[in-house]
Amino acid sequence: MRRNQKKHTGSENEPNLKGTFISVGVLGLIIIISWFGVFALFISR
Amino acid sequence: MEIPKIGVFEENARLPLTIGKKEANLYLSFIYVAFISLFIGGLMGLLQVLVRSGSFTLPWGIGYYQILTLHGVVLALVLTTFFIIGFQYALMGKTVGISDKQRKVSWLAFWVMTVGTAITAATILVGKASVLYTFYAPLKAHPLFYIGLALVIVGSWIAGFVNWRQLYLWKKAHPGEKSPLLAFMVNINMIMWFIASLGVAVSVLIQFIPWSLGYAETINVLVSRTLFWYFGHPLVYFWLLPAYMAWYAIIPKIIGGKVFSDSLARLSFVLFLFFSIPVGFHHQLTEPGIDPTWKFIQVVLTFMVVIPSLMTAFSMFATFEITGRKKGFGGLFGWLRHLPWKDVRFLAPFVGMLAFIPGGAGGIINASHQMNTLVHNTIWVTGHFHLTVGTTVILTFFGITYWLIPHLTGRTLTKEVNRLGIIQTFVWTIGMTIMSGAMHIQGLLGAPRRSSYSEYGGTEQAVQWGAYQMAQAIGGTILFLGIILMVYIFIKLAFFSPKGEEEFPIAEEEENAPPTPMWLENWKLWVAITIALILFAYTIPFIDIIQNSPPGSPPFDWPIGNS
Amino acid sequence: MHLHKYEKIWLISGVVALALFLIILGFGAFYLGTHPQSHGITIDPANIEAHEAFQSENLGLTKVDEDKYIVNVVATAFNYDLGVDEDGNAVKNISIPKGSSVLFQVVTPDVVHGFNIAGTNVNMMVEPGYISSMEVEMKQTGEFTLLCNEYCGVGHHMMFATVEVY
Ligand code: HEM
Ligand SMILES: [Cu+2]
Ligand SMILES: [Cu+2]
Repeated sequence: MRRNQKKHTGSENEPNLKGTFISVGVLGLIIIISWFGVFALFISR
Repeated sequence: MEIPKIGVFEENARLPLTIGKKEANLYLSFIYVAFISLFIGGLMGLLQVLVRSGSFTLPWGIGYYQILTLHGVVLALVLTTFFIIGFQYALMGKTVGISDKQRKVSWLAFWVMTVGTAITAATILVGKASVLYTFYAPLKAHPLFYIGLALVIVGSWIAGFVNWRQLYLWKKAHPGEKSPLLAFMVNINMIMWFIASLGVAVSVLIQFIPWSLGYAETINVLVSRTLFWYFGHPLVYFWLLPAYMAWYAIIPKIIGGKVFSDSLARLSFVLFLFFSIPVGFHHQLTEPGIDPTWKFIQVVLTFMVVIPSLMTAFSMFATFEITGRKKGFGGLFGWLRHLPWKDVRFLAPFVGMLAFIPGGAGGIINASHQMNTLVHNTIWVTGHFHLTVGTTVILTFFGITYWLIPHLTGRTLTKEVNRLGIIQTFVWTIGMTIMSGAMHIQGLLGAPRRSSYSEYGGTEQAVQWGAYQMAQAIGGTILFLGIILMVYIFIKLAFFSPKGEEEFPIAEEEENAPPTPMWLENWKLWVAITIALILFAYTIPFIDIIQNSPPGSPPFDWPIGNS
Repeated sequence: MHLHKYEKIWLISGVVALALFLIILGFGAFYLGTHPQSHGITIDPANIEAHEAFQSENLGLTKVDEDKYIVNVVATAFNYDLGVDEDGNAVKNISIPKGSSVLFQVVTPDVVHGFNIAGTNVNMMVEPGYISSMEVEMKQTGEFTLLCNEYCGVGHHMMFATVEVY
């Protein structure tokens, strides 16, 4: 009855999200680098 | 039971609900208070950075900690709560409607909150409540300070009850339908807010008010702190979630796209409800009276609340990329070019998103158990939350203001104001980068937060910090210019822009979007899990705190300059 | 509910990274004992002298062994009491040789204070009713500022001393 209850078409036609993937990857790296940076400072003190 | 005048309940008839004049006045009133607070709080911020630069002294016997209390209360508690409640009401009014009766009760919420704010602000202004916005015992403010805060909280509950009722009535009228995404999100946020603020309300009503009035001789300091932080962490998510609402469900419309995933958006909000509350110990990591194992358990739970933010980050980029590709912008990053950079309704929240990258990374560091000793109560923390709440949340709220105010006042966002808004966004970005950046570095060097200018007996370290405080004065002054500009924009939008119709952007789902599973609407289960997690995280350590309590503390008012 | 393939990878890597952080922290905290201070030892704030460590003659720096020191401190608004020197003047500077292990024990008879030796990992909340304590190895030489980093009143920023590691 509602349009959004149509059968979902499965994952074969997933949108192309390569750019997104790289972007979040960079974000993740920022988190990891800053965490280990501060961790190193913590250890050195 | 009154159902707003929707007319036909046909497919999608719900979205273009119109907001009537009377409702608009209600929503606007909350936002007026928010912008008055922005101006007052911003002025205090300017004074703070000037004092801390070492080249300015406050006139007329005004104390540094008095203005800092005002800054914290007015910006972190008043501006945020009023803006959020006004905005959330507008979202509810637009998606599920509001009845006359609900509107009247909402005015009660507004007045209770406003009177409470006025009472609290007055005690600070006369110098009787320089206890900072966290009002840690056993520093004692004037009893009216606490009474005013209690009223603000109670008023906000009334607003929450109305929001729940609005959705409840809508669901009764639309059996078997999923609730509108934004209404779902508002309700999650108000449930979280209610459960969380119970803690601080109990502390204020049972501990602080009787003690400050002299009916109780002593106060249990650690219990009061624990109840405060049980509330204090979800408080920051109460600020953040309305920004996420705009990101998930409004920004896609502004950029000409669709909601990336309705179900994932809901799921992330449910996860925020679960994990925002049982984590307050991460603000108490360096306190002597809490068992370290329980601290660590709450650290683990804190890390869980990172996950819905990771989901949000993915959703945002994905919305941008999918929309861009649909518009024919290919390549790995070509889709970035389609984004409406010259539309301030997009640009301001987008900068807010960017600020959340260092903001979030900093948050993970802060919560990292023993690593917290490196940053706890240093000015790094102040730098951190000026990114998260002071940029991510605030710039998103500004982004909302650009269309919400004209929509409510029957005016339009003109090209000229749009341009001013873009300048405002740049000014804020520059000012905040300088101020927050300097705070972060100075904090890593060990400098404390919540401190007036001091040379600390002339140590080399203190000399080094001075340079960063100068930088903060520069950044803070730029920020204050940004606040003046924003207040000007607000006045323009509210009273002087040309009459017309401004869009209330609400994104729709993709045509072929997979259905949202109905189990996401299992409100009772969500509340039950939330309570179970809270009980898990708090019961044992809380009993432990009470059983091993030292003698309580009498009130101290002379340290804050009263007696 | 459908998750995009990349989103799955993203979330799994995110969770793995968070778990890695937690494992490192947990190893340090539970195995090496680097928990933030948490001993839950109580004291009557109205009668701190009842505890030997906080009687006035025991305040400040005491050498207990080769390379082993204790520093007892009473934090009040707005002063750190580090004892008195031979001439009866309040001590405002303590010197500790590099590499020694130092146990800091701090209490307050009035309001909440902070105890932070800026630039080191010594950072504790000091709350009425509890003994805050932390044992650290002073790894770096230099002059460090001991200061209060929790708001305690109008003189909060005037609460400081220095710690020299030589
Ligand atoms: C003109 C813009 C602003 C300036 C110059 C400014 C400056 C400052 C400074 C220098 C401090 C630290 C003072 C200290 O620790 O001694 C501070 C604290 C704080 N600011 Fe701001 N700020 C501004 C805007 C904001 C905004 C928009 C918010 C939130 C919506 C905010 C929330 C806070 C909070 C919660 C504190 C902590 C208060 C406390 O520690 O008790 N500020 N601000
Ligand atoms: Cu928190
Ligand atoms: Cu202090």
